[in-house]
Amino acid sequence: MATKIEQVREGTNEPLRMVLALVRREVRDTLRDWRIVIPIIILTIFFPILMSIVADLALNWVARYGDPIIGERLIPFLLMIVGFFPISFSLVIALETFVGEKERSSLEPLLATPLTDAQLYLGKTLAAMIPPLLAAYLGITVYLVGLYFFEDWSPSLTLLALIITLTTAEGVVMVSGAVVLSSQTTSVRAANLLASFIIIPMALLVQGEAIIMFYANYNVLWWVVLFLIVVDVILVRMGIHIFNREELLGRDIDELNVASLWRTFCEYLGWERWFFGRDVRRMPPRLRWLGTLCGLYARDIPAILRRSWLAILVVVIGLLSSIYIGYDFAASYPFPSDLLHLDEITIETFTEMPSMDWIPSLTFGWVLNNNVRALLLATMLAVFSFGTLAVALLIAPLAIVFFFVAQVASVGYSPWLFFAAFVLPHGVLELPAAIIATGMAVRLGATFMSPPQGLTVGEGWLRALADAVKIFTALVLPLLALAAAIEVYVTPLVVVWAFGS
Amino acid sequence: MIELDDLTKQFDDFTAVDQVTLSVAAGEILALLGPNGAGKTTTVRMLAAILRPTMGRVSVAGYDVVEHPQQVRRRVGLLTERPGLYLRMKGAEYLGFFSSLMGLDADEGDRRARDLLARFGMPEAWDRRMGTYSKGMRQKMALVRAMLHEPSVLLLDEPTSAMDPHSAKLVRDAVLGLRHHRRAIIICTHNLPEAEALADRIAIIRRGKIIALGTPAELKSSLLGPPLIELRLAHSIDAPHFDGLPHSDGLPHSDGPHQDRVVELISDMVKIEARGKDWLRYSTPNPHATNPLLLQTLASHDVRVVTLGVVPRSLEDVYLRVVEA
Repeated sequence: MATKIEQVREGTNEPLRMVLALVRREVRDTLRDWRIVIPIIILTIFFPILMSIVADLALNWVARYGDPIIGERLIPFLLMIVGFFPISFSLVIALETFVGEKERSSLEPLLATPLTDAQLYLGKTLAAMIPPLLAAYLGITVYLVGLYFFEDWSPSLTLLALIITLTTAEGVVMVSGAVVLSSQTTSVRAANLLASFIIIPMALLVQGEAIIMFYANYNVLWWVVLFLIVVDVILVRMGIHIFNREELLGRDIDELNVASLWRTFCEYLGWERWFFGRDVRRMPPRLRWLGTLCGLYARDIPAILRRSWLAILVVVIGLLSSIYIGYDFAASYPFPSDLLHLDEITIETFTEMPSMDWIPSLTFGWVLNNNVRALLLATMLAVFSFGTLAVALLIAPLAIVFFFVAQVASVGYSPWLFFAAFVLPHGVLELPAAIIATGMAVRLGATFMSPPQGLTVGEGWLRALADAVKIFTALVLPLLALAAAIEVYVTPLVVVWAFGS
Repeated sequence: MIELDDLTKQFDDFTAVDQVTLSVAAGEILALLGPNGAGKTTTVRMLAAILRPTMGRVSVAGYDVVEHPQQVRRRVGLLTERPGLYLRMKGAEYLGFFSSLMGLDADEGDRRARDLLARFGMPEAWDRRMGTYSKGMRQKMALVRAMLHEPSVLLLDEPTSAMDPHSAKLVRDAVLGLRHHRRAIIICTHNLPEAEALADRIAIIRRGKIIALGTPAELKSSLLGPPLIELRLAHSIDAPHFDGLPHSDGLPHSDGPHQDRVVELISDMVKIEARGKDWLRYSTPNPHATNPLLLQTLASHDVRVVTLGVVPRSLEDVYLRVVEA
């Protein structure tokens, strides 16, 4: 008998079937909850009917004043809204998907089944996504049917495809973000509080989309869709990567153990002393600092750079894209041919800069301070944007540099000489420092999506932070200081020598 | 069937399970006892491949829980501390869902589910929403869920809590039946009489460490000492007809406490632990040899014995002795 049972078990182990079993159960359970079903009915039937009536009234009203464009823009806008409203309650389902089950003690039996972490995550995410998305599609249909009857209006296929894709992408963003929250918190209450991290950006996004809809610039919305798809991929990957059934049951309260966090951070911040194979502890006390210094520069920093190679590569790719962006903008917005007179540059051109209000004085302190502030800001933004804004912040100034390089080339100067004179003297140090610092910032943001093997998200992030602190203070800051000195005292001389009279 | 070797689980700085080593053979029932927070549930969760051990090794039904967690989960039936049912579902839907996750086809799952529900005396649960079940029914439904796929290893956390005596007996009978089917079973419970009735061996865990392990008899013997034997007489120990009994010095006794004479008769053979008006309790390292001799001596002195029996010692005595130590 046992053999027969084993055969039944092994023979029916299809991963997809298990995911679908989970999805079916969850969807059925959702549809039995009147607190979810009633909003679904209201938002998919009554609300779209109301919107089609409102659209009809608005069209007739504005037609009386001879300004039909307002009505024409209102109809697609409302189409987007009737699609978005039903997916808003996907948050309610998704936020409690794991943590709600944990609170009701029904999660542990589920975790004891042969479902893998990925199957569990996928099943729960799909189950949280399907009812709101179907409701959104139904809402759109009801609205369009109403409009067809009231106004004989139907959307173009492109607009319909855009709205459906946009609605779907928004739904996936909200659900995948909420599922991540739900799997990382210990109570529904905590998950709901943290949901503001989803609600506020989504509200801003919808407001932005509304403005675009009123401008009828639908092509821009396809870029929004592309952006949302990238965020979807990031969030789903992050969810699968950091989802851990052990974490779900291992924690009972959201306790922030500051002492433990500090200990872990200090542990990562430390490094092994080393001095060319000698036992540093046996060196004379006054020479042991050599071991500390050599350990940092010969062992620890190269190791940090090695484990940050992927983040640095991403930054370098971003940097290459800045060349394209700079040249593209230069081609679109060319300077008048008589604007640039590089041959008139003298050393006074640099010293007289402060006389222009909007350009600060080119001093060592200002240059260093400016670069440090920009990189620290990039690091902070990286934490909240999975590293993407740090790369964007580096791309922007470099794109401006290459914009000028292209402009210079278009009026007959050598772009190579321009770059070599204006950028290279200090850029040789400043660019690698900026790339490395941005790479560290990218790691700080990306660790949330993909913590290093064997480390939790928190541990991975603390290690990335400790690495960033060490690299910034021991490598980036000295390089930036040197670069600032060169930029203030050497670069102007090189520029004048290369171009000036 | 279940092998734990140096099993350790840490949560940050807290060690929930500390170097636990034990094994449970097929057809054996082990009761895991311990105060709240001792590490029982964490141990069970590691055995069910829900938590990963920090150190050590666990093998369940021949599979390592870290390397083959899914194979382990396929072979383990877990009854969790709380039933954890989906209250909006009907019994049939719920069991169908879990039988599907466990890889059973629908017909086979239905058949087993109906059999188990009938065995636990609640066939009507099949068509009812679980939100309408009583506490005991919910517990039994959770047990049915755990047994549905006929697992070779059963991990039962408080299996009869919230059940009426009849239901509890049904569950105990079912567990004993599983032992005959060569399942390895671990029961975590605070119900000590139940543990004693069901378990072949008892493990007592405190602060994550196993502090006592053995059969109930072994634990009683090693922790409470040799068994206590109670002797009850048909008359009070100081009854007048004892007056004729000789003193230890051979002279008739005329005054003084009579009971000392009975005690004197047996005190060379056993150690008197306590005594009352018509009874006394003693211990002896070798009751098989001592008791017949003692009875013979008492009879020869016309002391009429009503009963001679071992004083029952509960597992609770063992547990409290160990845990309070």
